[in-house]
Amino acid sequence: MHEMGIAMQIIEIAVASIPSDLKNAQVKKVNIKVGKLSAVVPESLHFCFQIAIQDTPLGDAELNIEEIPLKIRCMDCNDEWIAHEPVFLCRKCNGKSVEMLSGRELDITSIELVDKDG
Amino acid sequence: MLEFMYKNQRYFHHEHFQKPHHSHNSARGSMGANSKDTREIKIVRKVLDVNDTIAHQNRELFREKGVYVINVMSSPGSGKTAILVETLSHIAEKIRCAVIVGDICTSNDADRLAGFGAPIVQVNTDAFGGDCHLAAHVIKTAVNSFNLDDIDLLIVENIGNLVCPAEFDVGENLRIVVLSVTEGEDKPLKYPLMFRVCDAALLNKIDLLPYLDYDKEAAVQNILKVNPQMPVFGISAKTQEGFDAWIEWLKQKIHG
Repeated sequence: MHEMGIAMQIIEIAVASIPSDLKNAQVKKVNIKVGKLSAVVPESLHFCFQIAIQDTPLGDAELNIEEIPLKIRCMDCNDEWIAHEPVFLCRKCNGKSVEMLSGRELDITSIELVDKDG
Repeated sequence: MLEFMYKNQRYFHHEHFQKPHHSHNSARGSMGANSKDTREIKIVRKVLDVNDTIAHQNRELFREKGVYVINVMSSPGSGKTAILVETLSHIAEKIRCAVIVGDICTSNDADRLAGFGAPIVQVNTDAFGGDCHLAAHVIKTAVNSFNLDDIDLLIVENIGNLVCPAEFDVGENLRIVVLSVTEGEDKPLKYPLMFRVCDAALLNKIDLLPYLDYDKEAAVQNILKVNPQMPVFGISAKTQEGFDAWIEWLKQKIHG
C-alpha cells in the first residue's frame, strides 16, 4: 500500500548515489533486497517504480529485486532454518525464543551505470 | 574491470525473484557490448533510513522529556478509538496523557477522544498524499503542538491498516496491535510483520463472541505462532471486560 513512497525513497537514494564525475551516466539498474517478511509487495513496487522514475535522472532504469528468505535461529537449541510460513516457534525443540537472521530487509544495495561519455 | 564482470555474473547467478532468464541474458549481453563502460556503485542503505533517523531523534527527545510513547495499530474498524477512550477513562486522572490520532480524512476520532483533559492532535494524512501510515516525520511535527514537559504518556493512534504502519518506526517505546473478533482468526498469519513487531495484542469485541462463529483460541494460537511470547488481552471496549488486566499491564510498562 505504501509502495509508491518506498519507490520514491529508492529513487532519491539512487539519484544521490550517482558519483559526481558520472552525472551524465545512464543508470541501467537499481538493485534492492526485499525480505520475505517486509510489508512490501514486489509487483506493486515494480509498478510504482516505473511510474515514479519518470522525469528523474534514472531515466528508464530497471528495478531488480532480490527476495531474501525468512531465516530463523532458535536461541535455545541453535537450530537454523528457512521458514516458509510466518511461524516463530522452533521446529526442533518448540522453543519460543527465536531470532530472525534475515527476512526484514528493505535495502538498496547498488546501482549499475553506463557512462554515456565513455 | 574483469573483477567487476565476475562480480556481476555471480550476482546474476543468485536466486532471482523475477524473470531470472531475462535478467541473466540481458546482463550478459550488456557486458559483452559495454563492459568497459558499465559500473556498479555499491550503496548498501536501508530504504527507510530517513524514517529510522527521525524516529531515533524522536525517541531521544521523548527519553529526555520523560515521555512514554505507545503506538496503537490495527485494521480499520477494529476498535482502536473505542479502546483508547476507555483506556483514557482509566488512566487520564493519574497519568498525564496526550494523543496523536491519524486518519486519512476527518477529525471524528479526535472528537471522540476529547473530554479527558488530554491534548489531542489529529493528523490527516491526505495532506501527505493519503498515506496509509504515520511516519516518524509526521510525529515529529505533531509533537510540536504539545508541551512535552507536561506529558507522561503519548498515545499514537495509527492509521487503520495492518500492513504499512508495521514498517515505520515513529520513536515509540511500545507497540500495540488490536485485532477484533469480527475479523478472521488467521489475520496474524496473513499480516505477520505487524504481529511480530508489536509488544502486545488486544483482542477486542469479545462481548460479541456468543453471536459469532469465531474460534478465539485459534486466533490466540495464531498470534502466538508469529510472536510466541506476546501477551494477548481479550477485551471489550463496550463492556470493559478484560480492561483491568490490560490497564495493569500498561501501567507496569509505563512505570517500569
